[in-house]
Amino acid sequence: MTYSNEVLDHYENPRNAGSFSQDEEGVATGMVGAPACGDVMKLQIKVGKDGVIEDARFKTYGCGSAIASSSLVTEWVKGKTLDEALAIKNAQIAEELALPPVKIHCSVLAEDAIRAAVADYRKKHGEQ
Amino acid sequence: MVKLPIYLDYSATTPVDPRVTQAMIPWLTERFGNPASRSHAFGWEAEAAVEEARENVAALVGAEPREIIWTSGATESDNLAIKGAAHFYREKGRHIVTVKTEHKAVLDTVRELEREGYAATYLDVRENGLIDPDAFRAALRPDTSVASVMLVNNEIGVIQPIGEIGAICREKGIVFHVDAAQATGKVAIDLKNLPVDLMSFSAHKTYGPKGVGALYVRRKPRARLEAQMHGGGHERGLRSGTLPTHQIVGMGEAFRLAREDMADELPRIRALRDRLLAGISGIEATCINGDMEHRVAHNLNVSFAYVEGESLMMSIKDIAVSSGSACTSASLEPSYVLRALGREDELAHSSIRFTLGRFTTAEEIDYAVELLKTRIGKLRDISPLWEMVQAGIDPGTVQWSAR
Amino acid sequence: MADVIYLDWNASAPLDPTVREAMLPWFGERFGNASSAHEYGRRARTAMETAREQVAAAAGALPGEVIFTSGGSEANNLFIKGVAASCKPGLIAVSAVEHPSVLEPAHQLGRQGWRLFEIGVTSVGAIDGTAWREALARRPAFVSVMTANNETGVVQNIAALAGEARAAGVYFHSDAVQAFGRLVWDFHALGLTAATLSAHKIGGPVGAGALLLDKRVEPVSLIAGGGQERGLRAGTENVAALVGFGLAAERAAARRAAEAQRLAVLRDECEARLVAAGATVFARGVERLPNTIYFAFAGIDGGALVDWLDRAGFACGSGSACSSAWPGTSHVLRAMGAEHGLARGALRVSMGRETRAGEIEAFIAALVRSVSELKNFAAVSA
Repeated sequence: MTYSNEVLDHYENPRNAGSFSQDEEGVATGMVGAPACGDVMKLQIKVGKDGVIEDARFKTYGCGSAIASSSLVTEWVKGKTLDEALAIKNAQIAEELALPPVKIHCSVLAEDAIRAAVADYRKKHGEQ
Repeated sequence: MVKLPIYLDYSATTPVDPRVTQAMIPWLTERFGNPASRSHAFGWEAEAAVEEARENVAALVGAEPREIIWTSGATESDNLAIKGAAHFYREKGRHIVTVKTEHKAVLDTVRELEREGYAATYLDVRENGLIDPDAFRAALRPDTSVASVMLVNNEIGVIQPIGEIGAICREKGIVFHVDAAQATGKVAIDLKNLPVDLMSFSAHKTYGPKGVGALYVRRKPRARLEAQMHGGGHERGLRSGTLPTHQIVGMGEAFRLAREDMADELPRIRALRDRLLAGISGIEATCINGDMEHRVAHNLNVSFAYVEGESLMMSIKDIAVSSGSACTSASLEPSYVLRALGREDELAHSSIRFTLGRFTTAEEIDYAVELLKTRIGKLRDISPLWEMVQAGIDPGTVQWSAR
Repeated sequence: MADVIYLDWNASAPLDPTVREAMLPWFGERFGNASSAHEYGRRARTAMETAREQVAAAAGALPGEVIFTSGGSEANNLFIKGVAASCKPGLIAVSAVEHPSVLEPAHQLGRQGWRLFEIGVTSVGAIDGTAWREALARRPAFVSVMTANNETGVVQNIAALAGEARAAGVYFHSDAVQAFGRLVWDFHALGLTAATLSAHKIGGPVGAGALLLDKRVEPVSLIAGGGQERGLRAGTENVAALVGFGLAAERAAARRAAEAQRLAVLRDECEARLVAAGATVFARGVERLPNTIYFAFAGIDGGALVDWLDRAGFACGSGSACSSAWPGTSHVLRAMGAEHGLARGALRVSMGRETRAGEIEAFIAALVRSVSELKNFAAVSA
């Protein structure tokens, strides 16, 4: 497998890797994928009182492209409202990282992780 | 200072021993005759060299020189042995018995025979990778004509009990083929005392060149084959094609050196392998694949839990190793050998085959161990599965919502 | 054996020293398995693909049409048995003067229910028109006609034959082992379905060859297991030999025109001298390889003459190297209807890039001496 420089950069220097405490104010977690499929992504967002995502963390079990996809979305969601974050599409992720066709599913999973994290936030805060 | 990447993939292929290269060079220079040319001295000297090499190959495995047939490699040998015997004995029966963990060269050949109308049984192995002779016996049918079991597994290095299996085949009158591509120079083979009818060899797994191999065809009792490559009648009509003298000379020299060096070499390599094993034992949540007792000295196959296979390979680029068999590593399929041991796909994916060899040093092993510790630690730091495990949650019990 | 004059280039050509230098690193530090995912493997794979491009370019084919094999014999077997195994048994047609690695597999197919039509040749070794038309009319699954014969050097009109086969909807395979690198030869321009090449006749190593194959044809592989070469030829690739093959193909193509001209002059000169000495040259006057002369002296045994010449320091061939262990006479000469006594005397001189005029001079002198000695000997023993 030959990786793009973008993937290699995120893989070698993952941004925002780690975890927030679940109990921390404004933190929501999205966990998607399954070990049997080769990828599990955990994306956490910390949402401020103004509804803007202040910070994000990820942990990913998966290939280089999966790690890079999740690392990239932690950067992208920061400073966005929940609706703006939901507007991030897998095609943008795939394009930014120059993912080959066999790795498109990694970007799809990253998009799913955003949705799951936002859904978790809205569930916790009684939003629809 | 070690040279990177460190080569720990000797079961994929070995470097050609410099002594072997030296032996080959004259045959790439002024001695260019075709061994089949009977009309001049260029041909005769090539023929003599080919026969000397045949003696060296035979001597390593306790065979007679005339029981050795040259091929282009072990894959061709496997094809010739299995198809050749199945075709020759087609009137006797059309059932083949082999094992799920065989090399693709055997499995794909048997599959092809199935397409031709033969029946096949693919035996399971135990969790340690070894086959159970009783299960083998139970799989035999009155119409079983050929059985094929490898001596040393290419991925997990386990040594199958071919003596026992061969005895059963003898008793039942079944032609017994053994793929020994990974075994020469690694385990003692004495065909005078082993009840084996056909055995495949490769040069490039034993410090010889690529593109040459051999098939042992027993004379007493005689194993019969139908040729698979025709035209010219080389190799007693069993395998046609101009013989590549330089490669054959290389194989002969490589096998001669293996016979000479084995006694000194194996303990040294085993000590290095054990050093690697000791180092890896310091990493949590690992498991060794395959029996450690019935195993060649140079192989270690390890699964690292909670790290994903592809990113694991990516993170340890400074050591050249295989995840699964060299021939299938381009695909994303988990190793069928590890699956046959009952490993789940995740563990099969995150397994690494380390194979050491003649030129491996202690410094290289130490470097590899340090690299593994650091990189696996880093990957686990960003693994949500590892996080769960640390929190006391078994990811195996989680209800995953996979797409 | 530096003092021996080698005139058996159709059996095997000495490895080109430049090619050898290019091969050696692949026995040394670049030893990886081309299927391995790591750097050692990647380097081997890249080198192999470069070789594939070189062979394709020299042969007028696309890299994707090149299937590497262990040599010409395997490539011939792969086409004939592989294509046959992929369809229902019917009829195949091959010329009567093919190499044993075409003829024998073709005969073997009889066991699977195939019928074989052997296309006859004329007295000068060219495909017989009537036989050819009959072969096509019978709608064979494929035909196989070699471009240039290894014994006589006779070159068939492949472009015309392939055109007619295509018009009839019949696959056309040509064994081009002797032609490739020596003649203008272009896979696409000739309109072939498949062709066989070998490295060691053109200054490359023994142990490498290729089947050029139109991608629409899907033969069954002869050697299964591992998926190499588009699943058509399994087994760890012989990288060193393939690197040598690629470079040899490139170099042979570059020097082909000048070499062909130079060798044709030598051949014509040698041939004229042979005829003057009383020899019969087979297929004289038809288009042949520029390096090959196949001839006989009536009443003189070819084997005895070859032995005599060998002792005098000249290495030449009596027919095909692959079949010289066989008793009897050349099947090629039999197919041409050569007189038995003459066929028994057949001797082949084949030249190459190191052959010089002086060597041919010396050879003719020695030959004339041997012939007269053998004649005396025959006269005495009679």
